[in-house]
Amino acid sequence: MDNTPSIFPTVEVTCRTVIETGTTALLLSSLPRGALAAGTDQVEPSLMSIELRVNDHLHHLTLDPRTTLLDALREHLALAGSKKGCDHGQCGACTVLVEGRRINSCLTLAAMHDGQSITTIEGLAFGQDLHPMQAAFVEHDGFQCGYCTSGQICSAVGMLAESRKGMPSYLTADLTQPVAELGDDEIRERMSGNICRCAAYPNIVAAIKQAMGEQT
Amino acid sequence: MKAFSYERARSVADAASATTNPGVKIIAGGTNLLDLMKLQVETPSALVDINRLPLDKIEETSDGGLRIGALVRNSDLAADPRVRQQYGVLSRALLAGASAQLRNKATTAGNLLQRTRCYYFYDVTKPCNKRVPGSGCSALAGFNRIHAILGESEACIATHPSDMAVAMRALDAKVETIDREGKARTTPIADFHRLPGRTNRRSPPARSSRLSHCLRRLQALRCTGRSAIGHPMLLRCCRWPPSSTAFTVESARRGSPSAVSLRSRGASPPPNTVSRIQLSVPIRSTQPRTRFSRARVDMAPMISRFR
Repeated sequence: MDNTPSIFPTVEVTCRTVIETGTTALLLSSLPRGALAAGTDQVEPSLMSIELRVNDHLHHLTLDPRTTLLDALREHLALAGSKKGCDHGQCGACTVLVEGRRINSCLTLAAMHDGQSITTIEGLAFGQDLHPMQAAFVEHDGFQCGYCTSGQICSAVGMLAESRKGMPSYLTADLTQPVAELGDDEIRERMSGNICRCAAYPNIVAAIKQAMGEQT
Repeated sequence: MKAFSYERARSVADAASATTNPGVKIIAGGTNLLDLMKLQVETPSALVDINRLPLDKIEETSDGGLRIGALVRNSDLAADPRVRQQYGVLSRALLAGASAQLRNKATTAGNLLQRTRCYYFYDVTKPCNKRVPGSGCSALAGFNRIHAILGESEACIATHPSDMAVAMRALDAKVETIDREGKARTTPIADFHRLPGRTNRRSPPARSSRLSHCLRRLQALRCTGRSAIGHPMLLRCCRWPPSSTAFTVESARRGSPSAVSLRSRGASPPPNTVSRIQLSVPIRSTQPRTRFSRARVDMAPMISRFR
């Protein structure tokens, strides 16, 4: 170990550098062996080019195929409105609209959406005018820390589009009938993919009800 | 995530033949595969994206059934008017699962092929016979609330997590697949998944699922310890033909691993009203392994009463 060249750059020792190098050491030590060694079955990380239409702007990106859509938005396009809450599709903070449908951007690869149209929280407003859902969230105080909020709003916009298309939910009483107007229970069920640790749920539901009323 | 090469399949045959290489994985919705790849439970060296293949239609068959393309999204399948009218149990089972965001991405075939949610399968630092045959089963003496009480073995007590598969089992669905040589095959869904004790198969890419009967008045009841997103402890899908007095109760997926269900036949004819059906099924003969599985065994008779 002492004979191997140091993998850490030579830095002056300050509080910040200790923390930074410590973090690096932790990250490097937790990488699976294969990523550091040159195994015969290892694929060399390579880059690929894709095109994403995000909020009506066309972007050409060159990235590692492993890049999730969430990371492409946040790290490559500086659209940090979508949040990484769990990175495993369980919290909904990463919810964006792809071709108008809400999905968890953490559980999809950017490469899979080459050529597709994506709307993030940054793309909901019309210039300086808030989207009705955004305005409703502000009016009804539908957030506290705000971390889940981008995902909540995008998900709610997607949810209203789904209900207007007549898509049922687990609570739909009679599947053979058209979907009736959504009550509180239905809103909660359809929004169950977005969780909020601050428990702003009552106000979130109120905001969605208002936005729902405005759009019908 | 381990590095991989990414390409898009040009045709169904192209995708099927790509799987000749064991390091290649097909990706459709990706909501399970990417979840596992982030944890290095799955480590493909190449991904073949099939999302642009023409497999996303629901068609009526000549014998009155439905042919569901492998790439039909779970939300679209649940919302299809024909499914809602004629196969309500399938719609209900789909709507019971995951979240709207996940249902918008997950596909029919992917739903059948998804892996278990056993905590120890997910933890690469723990022994797991499914990931590493022969290494042992950590769930046997661990937290096994969501694990199998029927059809399991000492080697593995994992369950198949799909609610949709249970409904398909109740509907006697058939799965059409294409293997890597391009040969098409139809498998009854009861035989599509395997019980533990056999090698963990990698099935060929599914081209479509096919429902062979038209059934009415279908119901699904899902009992879970948590609301909304949660793993159902017991899922029962029942059907009865409206014209006959006898009926068959399919007691589906009371925690059967990789296999979807074990049918238990035999129940008393329904009373005059169809609003209450009570039956006794031999669940209590199962030896619960721990206090977690005992809770499920105790719950089973309760769930057999439903409206």
